[in-house]
Amino acid sequence: MLPTLNGRIQTRIFMLVVFGGVITLVLTPVLPGDPDYRTTYLILAAVLVLGVLWELVYHAIQQLRWEKDWPTLFGLVTALNEGALLWLLLDLELVPGIDYPYDGVPFWAFFIDFSVIWLVVWVWTNGPMRVPFIRWRFFGGRII
Amino acid sequence: MIDPTAASVVPTTDPSTYLPAQPISGDLTDQLLQTDFWTDDMVAAAGIPIVDIPFVTIGGGIGSFVTVDYLRIAGVPTSQMRVLSTLDFPWQTYEYLTRVSQVPRPERIRSDSASRPDNIWGFPSYGFAEGVRHFDPKVLWGLLTEPIFADYYTPKAGNVFEQLEREAKRISYDEMLVKGLVRIVRRRYGGGYFTILTPPEGASATKRVAFRSQYVHLAVGYPGLKFLPELQRYRTENNDYRHIVNAYEAHEHVYERLVQTPSTVLVRGGGIVASRILQRLMDDREKHGAQTKIVHLFRTYIHGTNDGYGNEEDQRPGGGRTRVTMRRRGGDGWAYQGFNYPKSVWGGQLKAQVRNLEGEQRAELYKRMGGTNTPYRRSWQRQMKQGRREGWYSCVVGTVDEMRPSGERILNRVRTAQGVVPVEVDFVIDCTGLEADIAEHRLLKDLLDHGGASRNPVGRLNVDRTFELIGTQSGGGVMYASGATTLGGYFPGVDTFLGLQVAAQEIYGDLNKRGFCKRIGPVRSTVQWWKWLAGSAP
Repeated sequence: MLPTLNGRIQTRIFMLVVFGGVITLVLTPVLPGDPDYRTTYLILAAVLVLGVLWELVYHAIQQLRWEKDWPTLFGLVTALNEGALLWLLLDLELVPGIDYPYDGVPFWAFFIDFSVIWLVVWVWTNGPMRVPFIRWRFFGGRII
Repeated sequence: MIDPTAASVVPTTDPSTYLPAQPISGDLTDQLLQTDFWTDDMVAAAGIPIVDIPFVTIGGGIGSFVTVDYLRIAGVPTSQMRVLSTLDFPWQTYEYLTRVSQVPRPERIRSDSASRPDNIWGFPSYGFAEGVRHFDPKVLWGLLTEPIFADYYTPKAGNVFEQLEREAKRISYDEMLVKGLVRIVRRRYGGGYFTILTPPEGASATKRVAFRSQYVHLAVGYPGLKFLPELQRYRTENNDYRHIVNAYEAHEHVYERLVQTPSTVLVRGGGIVASRILQRLMDDREKHGAQTKIVHLFRTYIHGTNDGYGNEEDQRPGGGRTRVTMRRRGGDGWAYQGFNYPKSVWGGQLKAQVRNLEGEQRAELYKRMGGTNTPYRRSWQRQMKQGRREGWYSCVVGTVDEMRPSGERILNRVRTAQGVVPVEVDFVIDCTGLEADIAEHRLLKDLLDHGGASRNPVGRLNVDRTFELIGTQSGGGVMYASGATTLGGYFPGVDTFLGLQVAAQEIYGDLNKRGFCKRIGPVRSTVQWWKWLAGSAP
């Protein structure tokens, strides 16, 4: 990807709202540990809010690259740091608004929902997104 | 054809094929040539027939092709557009230049996986398609890990041409193609333009034909590639066109001689073409037992991190210190970069940045990210390492003061930092890629003199963000330009596949605002993509 900071943030919001929203809607009832929609959507919102902050970090890292690009692989491995931080916050019950069950948010529910969304968004960003939005790739990932 | 005495090595159309055997009517008059705005009556009075067509594109190479491809997808029928060209098919010049510079069809060009001139979406990318079609996990793994753990994927030249051929058929390109040489474009009194075409002999009853159009698109490619002056002087003075060649002219005879007779070759230049020529020389050693010794002459020897002003550690007139955020890798003479610009000029940060810069600031950024460079490819590194170890590949840094014949060989006096050293070789291959000025192109010179066109901070054609040629507007008519002639504008990577598509998208957008074509919104775009996939007409 060849993102600008503005494009990164717009793409992040678009992808999480569209794909994150739909996937969470479909997956929540079948996730292990039986989380409710309120919990899964609040976690999705946390991915979004933290994600915007992460984009600032990625943008700073990108400045050290001569090409000012963001290699395909980076888009995949950043799931690790983002997922780990979010799980840490959930484990410490620091994500606001969630009615934490006595034994905490079920890990596998978080893991499956997060991974599926991440993979779908990553695949879509690296190809099919260019089909409906012809300007997107030439404008740093901006949608508007 | 190539005229060996001319300073240009790009094949030019032989003007004699476009001149009538006998004087016939319908030629340009002095009055027309001296007038900036033409009326319909003036053209008619000269006996030149007028053809009405809303959009013409001049050039007929890949620049014209991707532009009409965009417009066809935006719903413009073939009857509304004409491609005026001396080429039989859009990739003709490109294929010639890549073939002679040692990228025949099975070899890979230096281009990104997602820059597909046959597909405006760049999806599926060349790499993805190649990896899936032949189920090649190595290609797919490369795409996933480039450029960190693998070299950038690049497509095979042959595949690019085959896909272009498919797309040309799909959009009925041939229905739009009109063969001929465009002599001049002049603004029309009352709006629009006259484009004067000289058809091939026998194709028209008159010497010229005028295309009267609302829109004109110029995509004439490189104004010309030149030899270094000392090489050109040697060639003409000694009438020797065999031992001194430019990488962009056919020079297979050099490689044939090298396989038969152990010889020494001087390779000049530090860019992608030099890399390809070296690869051919080194491949011939490996595969055909050639005993070639290679002397590689760099003008600037890159030995570490660098930018367009040169090495980080050297004197950098005008460049100041390199910035941590703007440093390129380099070594062994070369500056390493995946493609011919830093990748983000085609859509990311650098594209956005240059779009907002004017004048000197823009020229400065061009300079900083520029400079001759070549991709780091593991296979080339291996071959060159072997050459250094075995003593058949050596480098010299400097410029050539003088060249003279020495028996069958050529004696070069090279000015280096340590003084002048003699380098005697059997062949010289020039890979420096010196480009001619745009005014050496007759059509462009006329536009600068009579069409209202001007030069940008880098000296090429001054185009706006929409690729409109600034100063050439004529009533409701607009002239656009894309490709190498527009280098230096608000968008840097113009002379590349993806650059031509970026330009085509801007031109399509502007024409859409003017009501010439439909909007390619998400629905139209998706439907059209499926049509592309199925191979059915847009």
